[in-house]
Parts: sequence; C-alpha cells; structure tokens
Amino acid sequence: MSTRRLLSLSMAKALSVLLMLCLLLPMCVTLTSCHGAKPLHAFDVPDEFDESHVYEITFWAKNDTNATQKNIYNQAVTDFQKLYPNIHVNIRFYTDYGQIYNDVITNISTNTTPNICITYPDHIATYMTGDNVVVPLDSLMSDKKYGLGGSEVKFDSPKESELIPQYIEECRIGTEHFALPFMRSTEACYVNKDYVEKLGYTLPDVLTWDFVFEVSEAATKKNADGTYAINGQKTMIPFIYKSSDNMMIQMLFQKEAGYSTPSGEVLIFNDTTRSLLDEISSHAKTGAFSTFKISSYPANFLNAGQCIFAIDSTAGATWMGSHAPNIDISKEKLVEFETAVYPVPQFDPSNPKMISQGPSICLFNKEDPGEVLASWLFASYLLSNDVQLSYCQTEGYVPVTEKARKSDAYQSYLSQKSETDALHYRVKIEACEMLLSHTECTFVTPVFNGSASLRNAAGDLIENVTKSTRRKQTIDDEYYEKLYGDMRTLYRLDQIESQTTGSIKDLGKLPQTAVILLITLVISWLLIGAYVVYRALRKKKA
Amino acid sequence: MKKCIIAVLTASMLLAMAGCKKDETTASTTAATTTAETTAEVTEDTTAATEDTAATEDTAATTAEAGKVMDYAQYIATGMDTEVTIEAYVQGKQSWWDNKATVYLQDEDGAYFVYNMTCSEEDYAKLVDGQKIRVKGFKTEWSGEVEIAEGATFEIIDGNWIATPVDVTAELGTDGLIMKQNQLASFTGMKVEASKDAAGNDVAFLYKWDGSGEEGDDLYFNVSVNGKTYTFTVESYLCGKDTEVYKAVQNLKIGDTVDMEGFLYWYEGVNPHITKVTVK
Repeated sequence: MSTRRLLSLSMAKALSVLLMLCLLLPMCVTLTSCHGAKPLHAFDVPDEFDESHVYEITFWAKNDTNATQKNIYNQAVTDFQKLYPNIHVNIRFYTDYGQIYNDVITNISTNTTPNICITYPDHIATYMTGDNVVVPLDSLMSDKKYGLGGSEVKFDSPKESELIPQYIEECRIGTEHFALPFMRSTEACYVNKDYVEKLGYTLPDVLTWDFVFEVSEAATKKNADGTYAINGQKTMIPFIYKSSDNMMIQMLFQKEAGYSTPSGEVLIFNDTTRSLLDEISSHAKTGAFSTFKISSYPANFLNAGQCIFAIDSTAGATWMGSHAPNIDISKEKLVEFETAVYPVPQFDPSNPKMISQGPSICLFNKEDPGEVLASWLFASYLLSNDVQLSYCQTEGYVPVTEKARKSDAYQSYLSQKSETDALHYRVKIEACEMLLSHTECTFVTPVFNGSASLRNAAGDLIENVTKSTRRKQTIDDEYYEKLYGDMRTLYRLDQIESQTTGSIKDLGKLPQTAVILLITLVISWLLIGAYVVYRALRKKKA
Repeated sequence: MKKCIIAVLTASMLLAMAGCKKDETTASTTAATTTAETTAEVTEDTTAATEDTAATEDTAATTAEAGKVMDYAQYIATGMDTEVTIEAYVQGKQSWWDNKATVYLQDEDGAYFVYNMTCSEEDYAKLVDGQKIRVKGFKTEWSGEVEIAEGATFEIIDGNWIATPVDVTAELGTDGLIMKQNQLASFTGMKVEASKDAAGNDVAFLYKWDGSGEEGDDLYFNVSVNGKTYTFTVESYLCGKDTEVYKAVQNLKIGDTVDMEGFLYWYEGVNPHITKVTVK
C-alpha cells in the first residue's frame, strides 16, 4: 500500500470521525438537555395507612400578612398531630401566592416540592406540565377509608357532598380534581355612602358600572381654590380598583365577551375589550378612576375621605371603613363616614356575575404513596369545621363546606355585627354575607398552562391605558395595536395559543444567519453525496 | 473534495456557534431605545391630538421638556405624570429583580426615588454609591412617595458624590419635612418605644407591620422624640438580615436611646428606611 494511499485512508477515516462527531454532537447535546428529575409513578391510594411509620411532610402556607392566620395554621398542625402523632407537619409561611408559585416551579425540577401547598388553580395548571407532579384527588376524595368522611379518618371530616359544588368544581382541571378549595372570597365594592348622598344620588339595590362612573365624575368637581367640592381636600380619586385583572375579567364575563376558551385559545383582544378600555380611559382622563398600582391602596383613600368606590377583595374588608380594625393612615387623616358593602358593579343587574377567588390546596406526588396519604390526611383536616371556622373569621372569607356554613358557631358569628369589635367587624361580616348570598353568581376563568399569564395581561391592559391617559398620550387605533402586540409578546400569549390549540403561527422570515447555515448544511450533504459517488465510480473503474 | 467538505462543515459549525452567541448588547440597547421610542411616541401623539386643546398644549410642553435635564427645583415644580430627566448620584440601592432596579439618588439640592427602572444585572453592579447617573422617566406619586415611575431608563455619566446625612430630628412631625423626602437623613437621641406583637406583648421591634413575619422580613420599630412616636423601618431589600443595621435593630431594647441614619421614604406620611442604628 503506497504512502499516498495510506494518507488517503487516514484522511477518509479522519473525515468519517469528523462526520460522526458532527452528527453525534447535536444528539448528545439534545440528550443532555433532556436531563431532569427522575419521573414519578402515578399515585395509587394505599390500602392501609401505616401508623407505625413516621412521616415528615412540608406545608407551604399563605397568610395575608396576618399573624392570626399564622396562629391558626400552627394550631391546626398541633391539633392534627395529636390525632396523627406519626405525621410531622413542617410549615413554611408565605404572604404572596406568586412567591409560592416561583418556589414550586424551581423545586419541581429537583423533586423537592413540598407535600402540600396553598395555591391557585391557574398555578396548578403550570405545575402539571411535569408528569405525575401534582396528585389527582378524585380517588383520595372518594376513598371509603381515608377519603372525605372516610371510615378510618380520625377527625370530623366533611363528606364530598358537603363541599360547596361550585368551589370543588373550580378545582377540576380537565377531567380530574387537582385541588381542594380551602377558603373562598370575591371582590366587594366598599362605598362611602355619605358622599354618594351628598352628591345627590341614592344607592341602588345593585351597583351598575354606569352609576359608579356617573357618581365618580360628579365627584371630580373642584372649588375655586383647587380643592374638591365633595371633601374640601386636595385629593379625591372617586373610584379605585385594587386588582385591575379582576376588573377586566369581570367586565368581559358580564358582557359575555371573549376572554379565553377552556383549552387556552386567547380571545381577549376583541372589540368589547377595546370599548371597555375606551370607557376606562375617559374616566382616567378626568381623574375619576385609578388603580392600586398607579395610586395606592383603595382602603387608604376611602378611609381618608378621598375615595367613594373602593373595590378590593372581601378578604381585605378589615381595612375598609372609619372603624376598620386595620388602618394604615394616621388618625388625623381618618374621616368618619358610613361604609356600604356591594357586589362589584354590573352591566346587567338582573344577572349579576362576580369572580370567585381564594386559596386552594394541592398535593405533590412523592415516591412513597404512604407519604402522599399522610399529606392528604392533613389537607383534608384543613376542611374540618375547627379550621374552616377559625380561619374564615380572620378576614372576609367564607367556609367552603356546607357543614361549616350551617354550623351554629358560624351562624352565631354572622349575627354579631359590630362597629367596635374587630372579630365581628360589620363591614367584614357584610362582605361575607354578600358572597354567601351570591355563591351561584360566581365564576372562575378557564385554567390552562398559561392562564396566569393571560390574567396578568388582562390587568396590564387597564394599567397601561390608565397610565398612558394620565400621561396625556393619545389612545387610538395605533395605540391599541401596539398595546395588544406588546401584551402578546410580554406574556407569550401566541406561544400559549400554539401549545393549547396546536395552531402554528407565522413567525416571519428566517434570520439571515439561519438561512446561510441551512444552505451550508445542504451544500455539505451534497458534497458528501458527490464524494461517495465519486469513490464508488473510481472503485468500479479500478 | 475532502478539503472542500471539511471546509464547508467547519464553516457551518462556525456559523452555528456564531448564531448561538448571546447578544450581550441587547439589554442596554433596549434600555437606551425605550426612552427614545417613548419620546417619539409622545411627539407623534402630540401632533395627532387635535380634539382636546388643553391636552395638546400640555403634551407639547411635556415633549419640549422631555430630554432636557431638570434641576431639583424644576423636578419638584413639575406636575405628576410628566416626563422628567434628572441627573443625580446613587446613594443607596434597594433592589434588582427581572432587569428592574430601585435606587435612591441625591444631589446637592434634593433627593429622588427611582422605582423599578430598566436595568441589566451587569449595569446594576456599576451603580455603586456616589456614581452619577442620568434618569429619564415619568414623575408619579404612590401613597405620598414622589418617585420616578417604573420603566424609567438611565445612563451612567461622569461624576461622583456622596451625601452627608442631614439631621432632621427636629423637623419630624413638621409639614416642611416633605421637602427633604428621600434624602439621606440622620436622627439623634430618639427613644425606642414598645410595639405590640401578635400575642399582645410589648416588644422592641416587629417582623412585618403586625409581627406576622419572620427573620428576613422588614423590621418595624417605634421611636419617639419630643413626646411623639414614629414608626421606622428596616427595608429588607435595602438592608437584609445579614446587615449590621438589621442585627442592631434585632438587638434593640425598649427604652434604648439611639442615633440613626436612613432615607426619608414616605408611606402615608414619613416612614424612614433606616440604614444605620447606634445605641447610645
């Protein structure tokens, strides 16, 4: 074999190795990037709960910066551990659902999720993108021994039929339940009744958006010295909304306009949204309307006599009114007035619709089914009357079981409205009564992977339009086109739609570098093919 | 032929690597162009707006001022929701998250609070105490705190100056104190008063406003002077649990006399964010 031939063979081998590397490298990179936590098996309810085994479970709880709520969680753990000494519950407290969400997402990849956490169904939909990460609860709920009202459960567990149907339905994602409701609230409109009447209006049975905007506009009238006629102060924002996302969502649902489909198709960028934003902009322009993000807490303005309609959660009722147990402004600023509690404004008073919100409980899967069962037992303990009744009284929450609602203790609590007793603060109890009497009018938005982003976009539409109006920017077709585009990009709504609907969006032209790369690869393969043919022909000739 | 193939494959690999390169200039370019785009939008909007004469005039004024550096007096005189440009020196960094930075700035005439301005992590590291920066954004107010709103942009410019804390103890509770809003201030000879914790006990400080928090959360404590009591805060983003001031407040006792330094933050009244505590 000649030296030249040997060199040629060496070259061929080297080329083969290089080609192999070129082909294998991307495969290796792809495989490496797929590395993650070991997937878990689907959970099956064990036949027996092993009481001789000690289970350490973690519970990520959420409280409203409220020390009493923390104490109730701690008491619940103490009482539960007396019943189940082999289950040790370790609580980690959060005051922000978003932080729980971020921490759960971070821990899913390493299989270090908590056993139980307080969360929103929107967030659970994202947790579920991993296989068997979140435990479906249907088999647990209906288990004869350890399920709701089960024969082996050591506390007075509510039966499945005693859960408020709307609330358990809210925890269904697809065909199964992935959460238990823990507490429920809605939004309320806290009204300075004195100011409404001073302006010459009478509060109707049901607040409408037209009424609220009309009174708010009337309240923007100023004296010659620049103070507002209604309060004699330099500040008056008649209508302040705490959660602009809820505002947009409820307006759209009341108008039966598009928001999203259950599968995740985004419908929010429609003409109704545009007309609602135009209306909001017109009131932002006169100073009749603002939001929490732009101005501050509605309660602070309401209590200082600088706001007439303050919309916030019923779970914020203890901050509302001249006699509120929680006040965040100085005594000198506090104004005496009568606080009326209403459902959020409506477009159709005969068909009121309001959002249902509040914490739910989800369980995370673990390798040991016994550990999951221990988690379930504690989660279902949170639905017992003791926990439900003590927790719901801390704020304007309502219990999620008929069992708790019908109890003598709860009825007694509702009957003791007071302006001076913090536990029985009238505004808080009226907020609860408002929700109790409108449970059938509540709704939730569809839950899918990305629904939390859509919710944020809904709020940002109002925030941006209000901010831009205050900054005297022009709100026209061009503005909306850009705003909608920005929202789609910022919250990746196009990607959500593609994932959920399977539709492929036009991503535009390929970047120039990508085109060059693809052409180069094609040329490479053509040359390789040509070389193979060339070699074959030479071999044949030889 | 083989050389040709190798050359083509090498070229494709280089192109692929080049395509994968992180565009490090993106963040700063975006930051730089945001303001320019905003200004351009305002200009276009102004031209287009014809229905509301007053609004048009206001917008024209806004546009004329946009980009022109204001001194502190001009900044204070400017109405809310107006575009402003100021130059001042970094005195404290409160937080950085998701390319947003919150900072205290000050010059010889007054102080500024800039909330969630657009800032890369790399640029945030350059914002050392004393560094001069130029900030463009919209002036706004939240619960009494006058600030440059979220979304402002900035650039680092030549200059360095550190403020000397101004003693405002005698001005606490006076209307004039607001003129020193956001300044680095000192408080001398104040007495630590009791706060009530969640169980109703008298304590020297609370984790969170009602004692519902834990180590790492904001600290709230009451201090008095001349018969009046004020609530001061150690903002955990500004001074975390490992800082000297955080530990010093954790060691306070009711009745202690203390000297303090901090920024004159506002939340429904003065609510200083304390950065230094010395027990006398």
